[in-house]
Amino acid sequence: MHTHVRQLQQVQQQHQQQGQQQRQQQHAVHSLSMSEAQAGDTKPLNLCNAVNEALHQAMDSNDKALVFGEDVAFGGVFRCTVGLLERYGRRCFNTPLCEQGIVGFGIGLATQGYTPIAEIQFADYIYPAFDQLVNEAAKYRYRSGGTFTAGGLTVRAPYGAVGHGGHYHSQSVESFFTHVPGLKVVVPSSPAQAKGLLLSCIQDPDPCIFFEPKMLYRTSVEEVPVGEYTIPLGQAQVLREGADITLIGWGAQVHVLAQAAQAVADADGISCEVLDLRTLLPWDVQAVTASVNKTGRLLVSHEAPLSSGFGAELVAEVSRRCFLRLEAPPVRVCGSDTPFPLVFEPLYLPGVERVVDAIRATVRF
Amino acid sequence: MLSRIVCNSSLGPSSLAQLACSSLHLLRHVQRQLSTASTASAAAAAAPAESTSQDAADTLEFPGGRVPFTHNMEFLGGPLTPSSPRIPCYRTLDGTGKHIPDAVVPHDLQQQDAVALYTAMAKLQVMDTICYDAQRQGRFSFFMTCAGEEATVVGSAAGLDPRDMVFSQYREHGVLLWRGFSFDDFANQLYGNSLEPGQGRQMPIHYGSKELNYQTVSSPLATQLPHAAGAAYAMKLDGADTVAAAYFGEGASSEGDFHAALNFAATLGAPCLFICRNNGYAISTPANEQYAGDGIACRGTAYGMPAIRVDGGDARAVYCATRAAREIALRDGCPVLIEAMSYRSGHHSTSDDSSRYRTREEMVAWRARDPVVRFRHWLVANAWWDEEREKQLRHATRQQVIEALEKASKVAKPPVSALFSDVYADMPWHLQEQLQETLQVARRHPHLCPPDMPVQ
Ligand SMILES: Cc1ncc(C[n+]2csc(CCOP(=O)(O)OP(=O)(O)O)c2C)c(N)n1
Ligand SMILES: [Mg+2]
Repeated sequence: MHTHVRQLQQVQQQHQQQGQQQRQQQHAVHSLSMSEAQAGDTKPLNLCNAVNEALHQAMDSNDKALVFGEDVAFGGVFRCTVGLLERYGRRCFNTPLCEQGIVGFGIGLATQGYTPIAEIQFADYIYPAFDQLVNEAAKYRYRSGGTFTAGGLTVRAPYGAVGHGGHYHSQSVESFFTHVPGLKVVVPSSPAQAKGLLLSCIQDPDPCIFFEPKMLYRTSVEEVPVGEYTIPLGQAQVLREGADITLIGWGAQVHVLAQAAQAVADADGISCEVLDLRTLLPWDVQAVTASVNKTGRLLVSHEAPLSSGFGAELVAEVSRRCFLRLEAPPVRVCGSDTPFPLVFEPLYLPGVERVVDAIRATVRF
Repeated sequence: MLSRIVCNSSLGPSSLAQLACSSLHLLRHVQRQLSTASTASAAAAAAPAESTSQDAADTLEFPGGRVPFTHNMEFLGGPLTPSSPRIPCYRTLDGTGKHIPDAVVPHDLQQQDAVALYTAMAKLQVMDTICYDAQRQGRFSFFMTCAGEEATVVGSAAGLDPRDMVFSQYREHGVLLWRGFSFDDFANQLYGNSLEPGQGRQMPIHYGSKELNYQTVSSPLATQLPHAAGAAYAMKLDGADTVAAAYFGEGASSEGDFHAALNFAATLGAPCLFICRNNGYAISTPANEQYAGDGIACRGTAYGMPAIRVDGGDARAVYCATRAAREIALRDGCPVLIEAMSYRSGHHSTSDDSSRYRTREEMVAWRARDPVVRFRHWLVANAWWDEEREKQLRHATRQQVIEALEKASKVAKPPVSALFSDVYADMPWHLQEQLQETLQVARRHPHLCPPDMPVQ
């Protein structure tokens, strides 16, 4: 669903000005940078390999970059860190089995000018590190007035449903962290995004949490630029242009939205605009409001439970900013307010069918 | 440091506000203090008078006991080397299952118990093998065996009282088997059907049983350890003659919850057995990357509780140690730590391929130390077991396990409503709404519902 061309458009050189101006220039800059720097060099990668390639390049270009976590030395339980030990030796290392230790240790490394890239084996197991992330990493700069920072820290964690993960190998935990000023929360939805966004997180001056949709590790394959490149944080991507309703998602859920958009286009002639948020904190309010002001309708969808999910934040802000343009109440299609279940997973998840139903109801409101 | 001294001695607590609004004043104050007195004497002036007085004896009075003074500057411990002394590993049977003549065996197994223990271990082995294969064939989504640790798990289970509450990690289903969990019970959980108490909500191997005093397994590591300490303390408050038994891997012992649990249990005097299965690996991470000290047992003494290291491949030693630990815990009102040394002979789980991180030779060498075979040798030497019984047991167990899996696969899944029940004791309005919506979805899109799941 991500075409080659679309991906190429989002590839950006590292040293760009930030901000709105940049977004206006994006297309021109992209084509320029691609023809110059990438010279069309791409190769097909799945999301896991794209993460792996980003880690290799980060360690190549920054000898203070360290990769560590549980079982990363042999390549990681999802194989994302394969080859790092062989190539970078002790810069890729196993830690004792302790998530609070992994993040706290990473913060300490960051304070000394290192670039720690920590892996939490599953997002479901990030909670023991909650205190270190929320009270320490997030507030390190603020509480010292910039004297100290843990900004070099990047925490990677596979998240989301895979069909058989039950309570503790399935969770989408992003909204806990979007509630934390000082953290950046990033979720890629494709291999090329994964590489460019992860490299951005690693270079970013703030602590970033990078949630990898493990469902896509092997199933999502696309052409990925060979060289080192970044995709700016805080910018959404329009995956499909449309006129009747805006569908917003991130990570694996974006693919569900794209399928639903195609389904209602074919069956009902409804034209959906699909927006991939990519960064949840800080999120791209301009892209979102621009789209909703155009379509007049909003649907947000995430795997995480409905209540207090990040969809609530988007709906609240859109309701305020686009109130006069809205033609139907914004709607959320999300996981149930239950723990993530094993045998009920297809009913728990906001699948294509539920999204299609909600699109129709909203458009016919 | 300096400002605290100043604050305590001359500014006092009421001047906090003054501190905030008049830092210049404070600075001058500090300067004045510095110019009139050394830091040390300022500290002395700030401290209560008693603490400066000389102790009569050469000991330091401290809550909990007197600490001796020494004029030697000596650091304890240090990096462990292969030749460093280690806590020895208690065993009663040698590697071939022969009784070790001088072994201390306070509670020797009589024929009936020994045969029961062996039977459970052998059944466990058969069940593990069949279920592992069944998972590989795609009959259910996940499985874990305890290959190599049968003696640790069943031996300790036999040393507990069946009323003792078990808080397990996930590789201790042998405790359930020992206590009477049937193959049907196991199979129902593996298939997540409507007959299992967890209603198919959790992944396979997350067993639990109220009747058998076995708390339901939870994947996050080490979380069960503080629970066990709390449960044990409750037993003590109730004046019960039971203990809580917490099982965990050496990997899990690196989690913060491990520290919390041992420290709570020790300080509060909770009769809790902490049973560590040190099987050498946490997924791919070898034990020597998990800790730099002498394993887990040494931590028990640091927390102030009795600890023992035992040969986890010797069912009889594990049994004896567990019984003895239980007696200590109840008699002295304290936790006890047991570190059972073994080897995870199988892959971590059906999602793992351990040939990626350990050598074939290593695995072959350990498999040759099969604890079930070792215990059988002892039984046979006592003339309590023979080839014929062995064959019969394995054959019958195979049939029973296969039948149980067959049966469980045909049992309906729990109804849709079980997705929403048990979140709370009573279902709040939003879950009631979501249940109705989900039922509608299931009716409108039947393919989203597993075929054998009632839409109700
Ligand atoms: C908090 C937490 N972090 C990570 C994991 C993933 N994980 C599951 S089992 C395991 C290894 C555990 O090793 P150990 O405690 O030694 O038990 P063993 O598997 O050897 O029996 C890991 C890292 C988890 N379940 N929970
Ligand atoms: Mg282990």
